[in-house]
Order: sequence, then C-alpha cells, then structure tokens
Amino acid sequence: MNGKIVQGTTTPRTQPKPWLLGIWTTLVFAFLYLPIAVLVLMSFNRSRILSLPFKGFTLNWYQMALKDMALQVALVNSLKVAAVATILATGLGLLAAFAVYRYQFFGKNAFRIALNLPILLPGIVTGVAMLAYLSDLGFELSLITVILGHAVFGLPVAFGPIVTRLGQFPRSLEEAAYDLGALPGRVFRDILFPYIRSAVVAGALLAFTLSFDEVIVTIFLTGRDNTLPMEIWGRLRTDITPEIAAIATLILLGSGVLVLLSQRVAPAD
Amino acid sequence: MTAISSDRSPRPLQSAPARQTGLYATLLPPLLWMSLLYFIPLVLLLIYSVWKLESFEIVKTLSLKNFQTIASNAAYRTVILRTVFTALGVTLVDAIVALPMGYFIAKHGGRYRGLLTMLVILPLWSSYLVRVFAWKIILGYNGILNTALLSLGILREPSSLFLYNQFSTVLTFSQVWLPFMILPVITAFERLPDSLLEASADLNAPPWTTFRRVILPLVTPGILAGSINVFSLTMGDFITPSLVGSPNGIMLGNIIASQFGVAYNWPLGAAFALVVMVIVFSGLTIALRKGATL
Repeated sequence: MNGKIVQGTTTPRTQPKPWLLGIWTTLVFAFLYLPIAVLVLMSFNRSRILSLPFKGFTLNWYQMALKDMALQVALVNSLKVAAVATILATGLGLLAAFAVYRYQFFGKNAFRIALNLPILLPGIVTGVAMLAYLSDLGFELSLITVILGHAVFGLPVAFGPIVTRLGQFPRSLEEAAYDLGALPGRVFRDILFPYIRSAVVAGALLAFTLSFDEVIVTIFLTGRDNTLPMEIWGRLRTDITPEIAAIATLILLGSGVLVLLSQRVAPAD
Repeated sequence: MTAISSDRSPRPLQSAPARQTGLYATLLPPLLWMSLLYFIPLVLLLIYSVWKLESFEIVKTLSLKNFQTIASNAAYRTVILRTVFTALGVTLVDAIVALPMGYFIAKHGGRYRGLLTMLVILPLWSSYLVRVFAWKIILGYNGILNTALLSLGILREPSSLFLYNQFSTVLTFSQVWLPFMILPVITAFERLPDSLLEASADLNAPPWTTFRRVILPLVTPGILAGSINVFSLTMGDFITPSLVGSPNGIMLGNIIASQFGVAYNWPLGAAFALVVMVIVFSGLTIALRKGATL
C-alpha cells in the first residue's frame, strides 16, 4: 500500500482499498463459473446420472455425444437458425440504425422505442404473440418460424451497438468525403462502415449467441425439428445423462476459442 | 461549398429527393419487418385477451371474462405477486452483487479490463438450460453443497432445504442473469470521471459519503438499465421455476406456457401475457423516469 503513494508526481490522494473489491470480484466470478465448473466436472464422471458422487474419470460421454445423431442434427439446426436469423437481424438492424442516425422523420423516438420492445418485454410475450399470429395465418411451425422469431428479437440486439457507434461518428469526415466528390456508396464503404464495423460485428455476435441458446421463444415457435436447446430441454425432463454436460462443455470450449480469436482479429478500439 | 457556417445544425449532405429515397430505403424494411412479425402479433395478442374460451371453442366477441378470472382467483393473484417479488428480489440481489464488481473492473481493472469484461460475458455462451440444471446438482440432497457441508462437519446429515424452494429460484435466476446487470454497470463506471472521486476526497468526504452522493447518482442510469434487463427476463421465465423451484412456486411464465400448451386456452394465456406486459411497462416507466439509459 505504501509503495503506491510515492509513485508519480501527482499522487493519488486517497487510494481506496481495492483488495476488498478484488476479493468481492473474485467471489462473484466464482459464483458465475460455479455451474459451469460443475458441468465440466460431471462430463467426466463415470456415473450414469448427473450427480455426485464422482465415480472416476471417463471420456465415454464425449464419445457418446459425438456419435449421437439426434444431438448432431439439433446442433446443425441451431447453427442454421442462428446464422440466418443473425444475417436478417443484423442487416435490418443496420438499416434501422442508419435511418435513425441520418434522417429526421415523424415518430423517430417512438420508432426507436418500438424497435427495442422485443428485448424490453419478456421473450414469452414475443413467443405467444407470434405463435397466435402465425397459426392464425396458417403457417406451419418449423425451423422457418423459429428463424422469424429469433430475427425479431435479434434486430434490437444488433441495432443497439450499431446506433450507439453511429452516434459517435464525426460527421465532418463524411462531409469531407462528399466535398472531395465521393459518391454515397463509396462514402459508406470507405468512411462510415470501417468506423462502425466492430459495432456491427459485436451486434451480430450477440444476436447469434442469443439465438443459438434461445429457449423460451423457440418453445412456442418450433415444429418437428429441434434446435439444440429444444433437444436438451426434452432430455432434461426425461433421460438426462452426462452426455448433455459433455456437449455443453464442447460448445463452451468452441465459443470460448471463437471469442478469443475474435478478440485477436478485431481491431482494438 | 459554403464556408463553415456558424450554427451547429448539420448541413444536409444530400438533395431533398435523394434524402427521401434514402429515408425510405433504410426505414421501410425494418419497419415493415417489425410490423408484420411483431407489432401486429402484439395487437393480435391484445385482441385474443378479450376473447374467451367456451367449451373448447374460442368465442370472438368482446369479453372481459379472462380478466375477471384472473382478478377473482386468489391463486392467480398469489402467482402474480410471487412473480413480481421474485423479479424485484433477483434485480436487487444482482444490483448489489454487480456494483462493487463493476467499480473494480472499470476503475482497477487496468489492462485486464477488456479480459475481465469478456469473462463476465463468457458464461452466456454455455447453455442456459444446462446452467440452470447445474444448480440442481449443486443444491440437491446428494448435491455438492450438502457434500461439502457434511465433510466440513457443519451438517450431520444432508439437508433438503437448499433446492425446490424460493431460495433456489432466486439464487439460480440471480446467477443466470447476473451478466446482464454487470455489463451496463461496468459501462456506467467507465463513464464516471476519476476527477470527481478525487475532488470528493479532497473535500474530505468519507468513502461512504462519496459513494452515496457522488458515485451512486452517476451510475444509477446503468443500474436501472441492468435492472430493466433482469426484471424483464425474470418476469417471463418459466424454465428456472420448473427446474429448481418449489412445486408450488410457479410463476406467470408457467401459467402462460401451460395456457398456450396443454390447456389450449389461448385467450386466458393472452390475458396473462398482457398482465406481464403491463407490469414490465410499469417497471420500465419508473426506470425511465429515474433516468435509465436504454
């Protein structure tokens, strides 16, 4: 503690005791990761049921999970749904953010709030409203309806970071580009988009993640084809084995690697 | 190419017709999409709530029967109160947990700030269902908590007090939604200028006074933003109460799900969904009045 005070010429006047806060933060991290640690542990447990006692180390559940056709089909379905929903949500979110950033129009504030409704209101409201509507229209529930539902709550998720970043964009850069004779398409591609790119990526990543793990909206809109959370939900209530813990561990591992890679690739800003 | 004008209003970058086209091209697709797939469905939900089910047929005439059913049934009132108090409790727990952590990460995280923030988000990449289920493994009769307490000699036999009650519901909710509270709180602390804290200290304010009179008012918008997330997520969830909650601890989400599922009473389900919407909107209004940032 004493060492801190002498460093530099402008001494920090009262250094609070960050070690107490540090301990608190460590404890909260432990709390956040406790269920995940349990899950990883259980995926290596020789016991057939997902509980203690620990009966010895095995990789059996990983072998089973990798051979499980139903899980694989569900995983592929989830990836498809999340990919399409993310593209739709990010594209539409980008357009909406651009409209809000660039133009004045009647009801602009209401539009902003209305766009955010799907994440302000609980997912169950989105789920049942869309279920009632799509079945009244005679739509058969399928992965398509799931995609529509996910794209609806994905839109505000993508819109948020993009509109925030656009708000910080120095307009003079755009004016300078126009003054130099650039066409609107070129200005967007070379000036505006590079500025908001990391926000677009962040928004898309968030929309993808939320779609990939979404349960509540999906329950109401899913047909015969299961997404991974639906497959897990079915098993949680019937024949849950550590196979689920194994697949969940693999997904966490995969997404962890992806996130770290994206941290490396994305320009720091 | 006029000279830089003295007023700050942005110079229009496009001609009027080009602006019109640009506005339509960017505004209409998302507006149409959301109208066709969200706003109209919401309106339909409102309409469903004033229809009623009679002998397994939906009667499409204006009726307030569903709302009478909800208001007159004591069991339903209990569920509404339980849901609201659970959501408020979870929000409060998460705010208390997140505040010191957000302060630490934003102000003392140093070069690890980005990494620590990432570590807050990472749990969201593991399956929500499996995380909830993990709490069963932790809190159950043969669970990890009981095993630990037994081996420490604190308990002599396993306790069944930890699972399938309000405690396990609130604990599980608090854990699964915590990142949604921590992130806006970190952002709020990042915006808080250090100079204010130093000024407060220079004026001899004890840490608690600085916290109450300088820090708290300035990070309140962030806390409220997180609170909106956590409150809304809890209000509509039915997974956690059905996996780790008390058998008598169902919430509004469970009722809505069963009305749209097994009971097939969509009008009553829609009325309950409307109750959820009204409660969340009330919470939202209060939060916005107090300065929440959306």
